[in-house]
Amino acid sequence: MNDLDKHWLLRKNNIRKLWIVFIAILAITVIAGLFVHQHVYFGIEDSFGFYAWYGFITCIGMVILAKLLGIFLKRSEDYYGPAAKDSESHYD
Amino acid sequence: MTELLLPPGLLLVLGALLMPLGLKIRNALVFGLPVLCLVLIWSAPADYVLTFPFLGFELEPIRITTTGQLFATIFSLMALVGGIFAYKQASTLELTAAFVYAGSAIGVTLSGDLFTLFIFWEIMAIGSTLVIWAAKHDGAYRASIRYLLVHLFGGILLMIGIAGHVVDTGSIRFEALTLDSIAQYLILAGFLVNAGAPPLSAWIADAYPEASPSGSVFLSAFTTKTAVFTLLVAFPGTWLLIPIGIYMIFYGIIYALLENDMRRILAYSIVNQVGFMVTGIGLGTEMALNGAAAHAFAHIIYKALLLMSAGAVLYRTGKRRCTDLGGLFQTMPWTALLGIIGALAISSFPFTSGFVTKSMIAQSAADQHLAIIWFALAAASAGVFLHAGIKFPWFVFFQKDSGMRPPEAPPNMLVAMVLFAFLCIGLGVYPDPLYAILPFEVTYEAYTAAHLVAYFQLLLFAGLAFFVMLPMMKRTLTISLDFDWFYRKLLPPAGRFAYNLMQTASSGFTRTAISSWQVFQTAFRTTRISEYHLASSWPTGSMVLWIGVILGGYLIMNAWF
Repeated sequence: MNDLDKHWLLRKNNIRKLWIVFIAILAITVIAGLFVHQHVYFGIEDSFGFYAWYGFITCIGMVILAKLLGIFLKRSEDYYGPAAKDSESHYD
Repeated sequence: MTELLLPPGLLLVLGALLMPLGLKIRNALVFGLPVLCLVLIWSAPADYVLTFPFLGFELEPIRITTTGQLFATIFSLMALVGGIFAYKQASTLELTAAFVYAGSAIGVTLSGDLFTLFIFWEIMAIGSTLVIWAAKHDGAYRASIRYLLVHLFGGILLMIGIAGHVVDTGSIRFEALTLDSIAQYLILAGFLVNAGAPPLSAWIADAYPEASPSGSVFLSAFTTKTAVFTLLVAFPGTWLLIPIGIYMIFYGIIYALLENDMRRILAYSIVNQVGFMVTGIGLGTEMALNGAAAHAFAHIIYKALLLMSAGAVLYRTGKRRCTDLGGLFQTMPWTALLGIIGALAISSFPFTSGFVTKSMIAQSAADQHLAIIWFALAAASAGVFLHAGIKFPWFVFFQKDSGMRPPEAPPNMLVAMVLFAFLCIGLGVYPDPLYAILPFEVTYEAYTAAHLVAYFQLLLFAGLAFFVMLPMMKRTLTISLDFDWFYRKLLPPAGRFAYNLMQTASSGFTRTAISSWQVFQTAFRTTRISEYHLASSWPTGSMVLWIGVILGGYLIMNAWF
C-alpha cells in the first residue's frame, strides 16, 4: 500500500512528527518542574525531574521483571485444555 | 417516602425475576429498577434503620450509612448504564442474572447485620455465575464452575467466621471488627477472597473474560467492590491489608503485561486497582478511607467503560487476542476514543476521575511518612499507565493493521460509553459532588501546580518507557501460570490418584475382612464351644456373642475413662 493511501496516523512522516511533539511535551513537563515546589516528605521528590526519571526507570524495571517472570510463567494457550475460541462477529 | 420496608437491593433481585415475562417488561425493568433504586436510596432519611426480629437476633435488612449509600449509588448507576449497554444484544438470562447480581450487591451495602450481609453475599455468587453462564460456550461454563467453587469456598470461610463471631460476642451487627479472634480472621479471609487478594487472585482473570461482551462489564463492577465496601466498614486501618494491597497492585501490573487476551488484561488491572483501595483501607486515616471509597466509585465507572470498549470490539470482530487485533481506530473511532478516555481515567491522568481519587491514598501514605509504601504507589501509578492505560488502546486500536474493518459499535453501546466517559471527565474536572458523598469530610486539593507537574512527568515518561520497550512487549500466544494451577492442574490428577488409592485400599480391606471372617468361622466350628446351644443356632448365637462383645467393650471403656 502506498504511504499516502494509509490513514494519516499511520504514515511514516506523521509518526515522526508525533514523536517530535511527544518529546517536546516531555521536555516541557521536566522544565515546568523547575518552577514548582514539590512538598518534600522523603527528601528526594524535589531532585531534578524526579517524577520523570522515577516513572521511566520503574516502568522499564516492571517490563523487564515481567519478561523474566514470563520465562517461568508462560505456557501455551492449550495448557489447561483447548485454547479459547473466537466468537461470532456481528457486522450487522 | 420516609418508610422503606423492602431493601432496595431485594427490590432489584425480585424485579429481575420478572424479566423473562416478555421483552417489553424486560426493557422497562432494565431502565426502571435502577432508577427506582436510586430514588429509594436517596429519599430514605439519614441513618434510617429497619429492624426485624429473627431467632432472638435483631436483623437489620436496611441500615443507611454514608459509605453504604455511596456504594449503593454507584452500583445502581452501574446497573442502569450497563443495562443500556447490554439490553439490545444480551440474552434475557444474562440481564436477569446481572440484575439479581447488582441487586444483591446493593443489598450488601445497605445491610446492617452479618446475617443479611451473608445472604446477599451468596446470592451475588449465584447471580454472577449465571452471568458467566449466559455466554453459552464451553469455556465459559468451565470457568463459571471454577469461579463458583472459589466463591463458595469464600462463602464458607465467611460463614464459619460469622458463626464464630456471633458465638464469641453475641452480636450480629455489621460494624468495625477488632481482628482479635480466629472468627474475625475468617471473616476477613472471606471478604478478601471476593476482593481478589492473594493467593486466590486468579479467579478474576480466569472467569471474567469468558463472559459475553456485556457480561464482563457487569462482572467488573460488583463482586470486588462489594468486598472493598465490607473491608472499609469492618477492617479500616488493619495494617495487614497494606502488604496485601501492594502485592495485588504489582500482581495486576506484571500479569497484565504478560497477557494477550484484551479483556484479561483489563481483568488483571481490576486486581491492580482494588489493590490501591485495599492499601488505602489498610492505611486507615480519614483521607485514605475517603480515597479508597472514592477510588472504588471512580473505578467502577472507568473500568466498565474500558470493558464496554473491549466488549464492543469483541461484539463486532469476535476476536479476543491482541495478536489478532489492531488498527481498529479507523472504522471504530468512537469506541477507540471513549476507550482511551477510560484508559486515561484508570491511569489517573489529570482532569480525569482517577486523578482526584487515587491521589488521596498516596497522599495519606506521605502524611504518615511511610516511604516504602509511597514509593511503591508512585511506581504503581506509572505502571498502571503502562499495563492498561497505553497497552490496552495501543494493541486493540493501533499497533498494526489487522486488516479488519468492523463498523462502529451499535448506538446503545455508544450511548452507555458516552455516559460513563462523561462521568470520567466530569468527576475529574469537578469532583465536588463525589467529595460531598464520601464517608468523611474532604480536605484534599488535587489540583496544585506541583501535583499536576508530578503526574504529567510520571505518566508521560511511563508512556515513553512503553514505546522504548515496545520490542520487548510483543504479544505471544500464551497464558500465564497462576495459583489456579493448583486446582486446575494439580488437584484433578491428585484427586483421581487419591480416589483410586482409597478404592484399592477399601476393596483390599473388604477382601481381607471377608476371608478372615471365614477363617474365624471355620476355626470356631472346630472348637468345643460351637457344640453348645449358645452358638449352634446361628442368628441368636451371634447376637448373644456380639452383645457380650459390646458389654465387655462398655465395661472396659467405663473402667478406662
